[in-house]
Order: sequence, then structure tokens, then C-alpha cells
Amino acid sequence: MPSALEGQQAPDFELTTGDGRRVALRDLRGSPVILAFYPADWSPVCSDQMALYNEVLPEFERYGARLLGISVDGKWCHRAFAENRRLRFPLLADFEPKGEVARRYRAYDEREGACARTLVVIDGAGVIRWHYVSPVDVNPGADGILAALGAIATEAHT
Amino acid sequence: MSAIPLARLATAVSSRDHSIGPADAPVTLLEYGDYECPYCGRAFPIVQEVRRRLGDQLRFVFRNFPLTQVHPHAERAAEAAEAAATQAKFWPMHDWLFRHQHSLDDDGLLSGAREIGLDVERVRRELAEGLHSVRVHADFSSGIRSGVNGTPTFYINGVRHDADYGMETLLAAIDASQRRDQS
Repeated sequence: MPSALEGQQAPDFELTTGDGRRVALRDLRGSPVILAFYPADWSPVCSDQMALYNEVLPEFERYGARLLGISVDGKWCHRAFAENRRLRFPLLADFEPKGEVARRYRAYDEREGACARTLVVIDGAGVIRWHYVSPVDVNPGADGILAALGAIATEAHT
Repeated sequence: MSAIPLARLATAVSSRDHSIGPADAPVTLLEYGDYECPYCGRAFPIVQEVRRRLGDQLRFVFRNFPLTQVHPHAERAAEAAEAAATQAKFWPMHDWLFRHQHSLDDDGLLSGAREIGLDVERVRRELAEGLHSVRVHADFSSGIRSGVNGTPTFYINGVRHDADYGMETLLAAIDASQRRDQS
């Protein structure tokens, strides 16, 4: 079942990264954007979703896509985590008000008080093209993201 | 667009793969792994035991999935295993690497190559030239497209195994996949 958010305009937001910069979705118009909502920094390294995306980043970049990781962790936590894992993409702190952006993307787990593992692919026009909530405890991998980016790229060329 | 990414093997097992066990075995267990990953290290004896218990019923396949940003030696270790494969010794090298996860710098890799009887100079040259990096990257890429989400990631007859990889869990999952395939 496709999510009701697919085909909708992506809600704009502006959040702080681990290195203190502000990132606004509206400034990324023109290229695809991947939002990866995840529960928390510091999950075990070899099965960590952000560490995986760090490895796959060149494949995302081939589509001109920008990747943003988002959790409710604060910016200092994000900074330490990003340095430890040598992440080459920004982590955004959905920290105050807690989880507000995640809620707008139906990516918030009220019971856990954290983001659910949710992937959102937005095209260059700011439209949500793919929205996927992963089952609890299953790191969704990157294949779905690449499929969505591939579909956007194919369309742009036809 | 599908709402559920397919957690299935995107690249079928072929003669290009490193496999052990009969090609027509009813069960194929495939691992995407990283020689420097401690979890893969822990899974190694479990896989061996699963292989021992299932015997001819199982074919085991290993593909490279080095997490190079967190494991500085993982890529070279994978290339060393591929170098061993060109000397028909993939599995001895594979086993050596998992038994020596703390000796995976270049000197360690070459002493492993020596220990299992490889032409060490040839391995050294092939590592220096990066001769096997294309193969390692092809494995990695097929893993990404198959939904690999960390290391190790296992596939049982082409379907991603999403539970833990304790022995009982793996054996139960293999058993369940058998019953599914028969029905």
C-alpha cells in the first residue's frame, strides 16, 4: 500500500546539524532529497543504518541526491556520533520541539518517543515520491531508496 | 512505486560466486560479510556449525560487503580473499581471515597468504595493483541492491533473513524456508 504522503508536497522544515549549521529543505530544491528518520545515534556499528548509508553515499550522489539523517538526538550527540562513524552527510536534530518534523512526515513513534525508521524520497520539485516505514527493529537498507531515485531519474529523461 | 522494498537477492548465485556445498543442495545460505566486522567474526563459527549439521543439504555462498569507513582493513582483506580465489584457495583464506580478525593489516594478510600456501609475491602484487577491487565492489553493489542492511546479512534461498543469526534461529529459519518451498 503506497503511503498517503506519496504525491504530496513535502512539508518544509529547518533544523540544526551536528556541526551547528541550519539546513532548510526549501534550499535543497532542484535535486532529490533523501530523509532517513532513525530512532537514535549509537546503534551497533556494523548494523547501523547511518554507517551503511555512509558507504552507499557515492551511489546516492550519482543521482545528484542529498541525504539527511534525522533523529531526536541533540546536536552535540549528533556531532560525537558523526565524528565517531566518520559520517559524510549531515545529521539533523529534531530536538525542539521534540519530534515535530518527524510527526509531520508520519515518522514518529509516540510510544518510544523517538523517530520510527522511515525513509522519504523527495524529488527536485519538492514532491514526496516514496515514503516507507520500516518494521520495528528492521534496518531497511538502501535498495528502496535507490529504486525510488532510479524512478525519478528515468522520468526526468523521458 | 512499491511501498515495501524487496528484501530479496538482486543478483542470483552463479558460478562467479564462491560457494561450498553441492550446487543442487535444497538450501542455499548466502552471507554478505566483512572480514573486519566483529559480528561477522561471531557468526563465522555458527555458519560452520550450520554447515556441519546440514551437510549435503546446504550450499554456502559468501559475498564481500566491506564497511570501509568504519573498518580500515576490510577492503584489503576482501581483496586478499579474492586473490586467494585466483589460486583456488578462497575458502582457506576466508577461514584464516575470520580467525585472525586482529591481524588484517598488509603484513598480516601476507602472513596469512603464506600460512595457507599461496604464492605470496603474487598476492602482494595483486593487492598493490588493486586487481580485485572491481570484484569486491561488484559484490558490495549487488548487496546494496539486495537490501543488505548491515554485516553480516544472510539470505536463505534468496530471501533476506531478518532475525538474529544465532544457530537455533538460523536452523529454524532454514527449516521454515524448506517447508514454504515445498508447499
